[in-house]
Amino acid sequence: MIGSPDVVAFTKEDDYGQPNPEPWPPIPEEFSIPLYPLADSNPWAKTSYAKFTKDFILISEFSEQVGPQPLLTIPDEPKVCGTFDLNYFSLRIMSVDYQASFVGHPPGSGYPRLSFVEDSRVVLGDSKEGAFAYVHHLTLYDLEARGFVRPFCMAYISADERKIMLQFQELSLRFSQASECLKAGNRRAFAKELQRKLQDLEYTHSVLQREEGLQREADPQTRYSAHAVEKANELANVEKSIYEHRDLLKQITSYHGRPRRDPHAAMCHKCMSCIGEEGQILTEDEAGEGEMEEDEDGVKRRPSYTPQLIRAKSAKCFDKRLKTLQELCDETFYEASMELLKETERSFRGDLCYLYTRRLDRSLRRKQKVTNFLFEEEVCEDNDEEVTIRPFCPVNHSVELYTLLKPPHIVLAPEPLEDATEPFSEISHTLDSELGLGESHLESSPSDQTLETQDSSEGTKCSYSSGTNMTKQQDQQHNLDSVISEAPDPDSDVTPDHERESSSEDMETTAGDDEGDHTPVSLLEPNGECEETPLEVCESDLLLPIDTACCMSQDGFLYEDLAADTADESDHNSKIQPPQTLVVNQEPQALHLLQDHYTVGSLSESPAAGLVLPVGQHADSVSHVSVEEGSDCTMSTSTGSDRAHSPFGYGAVVTLRQRRKAGQGALRFVRQYPFAIQALWCLLSGRTLVVLGEDEGRVRKLVAALALFVPGPGKSAERIQAWMSCPFSLSDIYRWKLIGLQRVSSPMGSSLLYSLSRYSRYISILDIDQKTLRCPPYHGQLLSNIADHRTSIRRGSSYFLHLQSVLCRLAAKAFLLTFTHHLHLPVSLEEGPEVVKGRRLCFLQEQLGLDEDDNEILLYLSQLITRQYLQPPSESTAPPCFSFKYTTSDLYKI
Amino acid sequence: MLRWILGSREAQSALEKSSVLCIGEEQPQNCFTELQVLKGHFDIVRFLVQIDDFRCASAGDDGLVLVWNTETGEKLLELRGHSQQITAITTFKCRNALTTQTMLITASSDRSLSLWDPDTGNRVQTIADLHSSVKCLLVLERLCLWLSGGEELCVWNQDFQLQCHQPNPSDTGIIALIELPKNCVAAAMDKEIVIYRLTVPADSVLCLTEMQRLSDHRDQIRALINVNDNMFASGSHVGELILWDAIDWNILAYEHILWEESQSASEIRMGSSKPSEMSIQHLCSNGKLILAAVGSGLYVYSVLTKTVLAYRKVAHDSNVLHTMLLSDSELISCSEDGSVRMWEIQDLPLAAEPASAGFFGMLTFGRSSKHSGPPSKKVLDVSNLKMLELIGDLIGHSGAVQMFVSFKENGLVTCSTDHLLILWKNGERQSHLRSLKLFQKLEENGGL
Repeated sequence: MIGSPDVVAFTKEDDYGQPNPEPWPPIPEEFSIPLYPLADSNPWAKTSYAKFTKDFILISEFSEQVGPQPLLTIPDEPKVCGTFDLNYFSLRIMSVDYQASFVGHPPGSGYPRLSFVEDSRVVLGDSKEGAFAYVHHLTLYDLEARGFVRPFCMAYISADERKIMLQFQELSLRFSQASECLKAGNRRAFAKELQRKLQDLEYTHSVLQREEGLQREADPQTRYSAHAVEKANELANVEKSIYEHRDLLKQITSYHGRPRRDPHAAMCHKCMSCIGEEGQILTEDEAGEGEMEEDEDGVKRRPSYTPQLIRAKSAKCFDKRLKTLQELCDETFYEASMELLKETERSFRGDLCYLYTRRLDRSLRRKQKVTNFLFEEEVCEDNDEEVTIRPFCPVNHSVELYTLLKPPHIVLAPEPLEDATEPFSEISHTLDSELGLGESHLESSPSDQTLETQDSSEGTKCSYSSGTNMTKQQDQQHNLDSVISEAPDPDSDVTPDHERESSSEDMETTAGDDEGDHTPVSLLEPNGECEETPLEVCESDLLLPIDTACCMSQDGFLYEDLAADTADESDHNSKIQPPQTLVVNQEPQALHLLQDHYTVGSLSESPAAGLVLPVGQHADSVSHVSVEEGSDCTMSTSTGSDRAHSPFGYGAVVTLRQRRKAGQGALRFVRQYPFAIQALWCLLSGRTLVVLGEDEGRVRKLVAALALFVPGPGKSAERIQAWMSCPFSLSDIYRWKLIGLQRVSSPMGSSLLYSLSRYSRYISILDIDQKTLRCPPYHGQLLSNIADHRTSIRRGSSYFLHLQSVLCRLAAKAFLLTFTHHLHLPVSLEEGPEVVKGRRLCFLQEQLGLDEDDNEILLYLSQLITRQYLQPPSESTAPPCFSFKYTTSDLYKI
Repeated sequence: MLRWILGSREAQSALEKSSVLCIGEEQPQNCFTELQVLKGHFDIVRFLVQIDDFRCASAGDDGLVLVWNTETGEKLLELRGHSQQITAITTFKCRNALTTQTMLITASSDRSLSLWDPDTGNRVQTIADLHSSVKCLLVLERLCLWLSGGEELCVWNQDFQLQCHQPNPSDTGIIALIELPKNCVAAAMDKEIVIYRLTVPADSVLCLTEMQRLSDHRDQIRALINVNDNMFASGSHVGELILWDAIDWNILAYEHILWEESQSASEIRMGSSKPSEMSIQHLCSNGKLILAAVGSGLYVYSVLTKTVLAYRKVAHDSNVLHTMLLSDSELISCSEDGSVRMWEIQDLPLAAEPASAGFFGMLTFGRSSKHSGPPSKKVLDVSNLKMLELIGDLIGHSGAVQMFVSFKENGLVTCSTDHLLILWKNGERQSHLRSLKLFQKLEENGGL
């Protein structure tokens, strides 16, 4: 055994013993410029001595035969870990004594007992290797293993220890999920194995009995012969073994009924009943758990196993082959947990700053539901990190139940002061209190991050572990915090519909996973149809995972306590809290009220399970683009195949990566065409732009690039038609804001041109073959910084970000314009519409400093916001309005 | 306009030739800056009727009657029942003891008549198996009766009971019906206008007596309208417009509209020119002016001075199908060319009258269509003549625009052979209304 590993290096050589006297810094240190730049000014230089380039996940096992050994890494590429010695590191991480409690015959008990070991979570580091790891230990059951347990661990290895420390909670949460999934599968497999073993034993027993009987009949005298005694002993052994195994089966079956201390151990109810069922079928006497129904298939499947005779002597310990991790767990569960881990790896890619800003960005964007539809990709699409961590249920249940757990936020600053809570909650809190919505939960919940990080910052020389060491109180606080930190915004309650609407990004691999989520078990039969039951908990807008309470009685109590705590604490703050009321809407109609506002009918309306988009998983992976990946797509637009790079069309959700790629195309367009500014103005002011060209690939590419400028393009770019080759009608013009049109020279082409000229007042035409643009003239200044063909921006991703910021500012202005009362309505009775109009123009010109042409952009955006606010397109039965202007067009050439 | 797309193209359409008509894309006076396309019909939409301030009904060759909310553009009801195309539709105010309810009467080629409730969509009454299909309907609200005209003329009461009928008045059947004072109605059939009087004799059975036949038109009558209480007007296929006295049925004025290529052309030649070019397709009036759709041209006639006020020989590329006088100076026309055009009657700038625009004969009653020399005519007219100036056009339909209904400032509904209805609105006004709604909703929700 190797001694305890390095303590996590909160104490580096340079700043050892210097407690930071400064108060909470307003800006995390990463963002401030160092006064005295060091010799190596690379801020990432500290970690550069690590032998691996990217963070990765390592799964290791303490094999009873060969000792600690690495099993696999995620991502599974040899270059990931580079020259990093996995064997050595496995040794280190597995050498932590993780309270593997006793196994075997406890005193006073006749049978071996299974130990239900809670997972342990440890952070450790190896300063020589430059590696730091979050290590999650777990045990799996194996009938053939010593003490029936096989110790495993999953480690998230990073060169940046801050990243691990500050995201400890989320890492812990995610790994717990994976661990639960593995363990659930393992229990299933274990129960199955036990059953087979029992059948074997019973068969052996009967054979032995028969043999004994025959022997006795044949020669009753030899009763006490050595042979007979041996046989009798063997029989007794088998009987004992049967009892032992029955007891084991009973234990494993009763697993889920026992109290759990682990707050993250959320489980799919249905899975648990499956496991329970496995055991129940064999041990008939356990009829106590009436909630499970008989699985006909399960019953019929069983006899297919032919029992085998068991030799009295088992093989030597070192001869037998140990089961692999895959064999230990049920196949589907194994796959699912690997998927979870991959997902974890993806979501933690990139630097801490990047993760921080991305999350900050999201939490802020969630506040701006009213304008998000304009230029932002759907906020809900990538919020899976924050809200949809669910116990992964790999089995295709007809009803899928999962718990919404909210992981804690990242904390950047390692040493928060007493009154300072996490930056995120702080922000959301202040915003909320400005809006008069937020209740002050935060004061009432001393952050447990504080607790933990302070613990560790003392620099004690031991690895600290949570989970097992945590008291229940801490667990509660932990939960409380994670719930509260998300809760204050009433708009962002995650209701099931909302969840489902957020759609394919969140969809997991299994079909039906998106169905019937978040449903209280008590209200729904396990086999009921996929009726969604929205759950609203009105306790000062605090969303409590009530379904968890239903799934697990123990945790349920915990949550109730939690709610009570909250209420109590709120009382302390002399805020009057309404009593906790549970509103459960079961009417299907009620769903519509809760539907996400920014979705499109086609995707959202159908509740069928078949709607699970296969792109979901893919898109998901794509949306988590890391910093590194963001930069590698610089040139790919030009090399890829045409079809593959034109994602705009029905059905497919436009992902962030596609948008980044489009950024490159847009930059090229801006640099190539001096009249790009006019084209962009057309798109932004709501005039349909037709891109006319012969070559489909070029047209599609340009459409994909210009789609960035279409306000409110719809979730799957419904307002954009990448390629069409037939004459269009008026309804096409108003359905689509950006159209790629084929130039044909056949007779059909002339009718096409006729339709172009007929509707020319409604459209602008960009001819990419002749390089002309026909559109109204634009004289404004607003767009000059995004459409400057002499721009010094060279990279598509930079341009994309630049564009995002400009458009975001535009959206903010439009929001202001839309919701400023006196710009639309008279202040006094005497005022006529002219006065109001004048005031509006004055506001646009003087307050916002816009030209006349720029006004049109803002007025258009404002119109969109108004319509969206009044009636989201998905809800309206009326045909959409199409606004236009009667202005002359000019022809621009290069 | 197209040439930059096509590269070089020699041929220019007739539209482009008449430069006056090509208003271009800059139309500051055109307030219709927002539109909604209303889909629902499967065939040509021919009729539109206004039910009340915010509803209208459309009917067409698919036998469907659709009721629309013109404020939101929503389809409120589908009235299904007719198996063939609708030939006539009108509103009918049903008077009960307490309320007056607007109902719809429809006639179809399946030789049935139906009464609909546009609030519920119920088919309240229906009469099938008529002898012939009904071509026109006339409601006499004062008498609580209504008439249907086709090959026979029938009078019905409020409960769809036949009061009396006049079989087979002519070969071609009645194409138009109007109400005249003193319980009289005028029915246009072929070249004649027949005046009937509704009387209730002692035995209290309603009866229809023919009073007079007016046969002054030389060709088929195409349009028959009421002008005001004292006058009605009719127009024929060859461009005759006759103004009649509504009480003693005498001719007050006779106008023969003769579009002419050049001033030197003889009358014989004009007669041989395609009659459809001068056929009066539609007439409308606001009591002071009569607007006649003549071929593809427009013709404004003043009732007070009994003179032509303004005209435009080529107002559209194709036949004008429906017209309306919005005010004394503004009018709208729609045509087979798929466009709706808005016109303004403006004073002529001095010496700016287009030299060869057109020619018309102003004749008093009894005179033959031979007229005196054009120069003198022209001098006579120029003093009063005004200009019909295009102030805007609405392009959206891909087929002939059959009809339109104006909801004043709330918009304009057009229907077309392309199976669509388009609701044209004032964008600025709509945007203001939406803003109002937005702040209302904000208030209801108590903030964002």
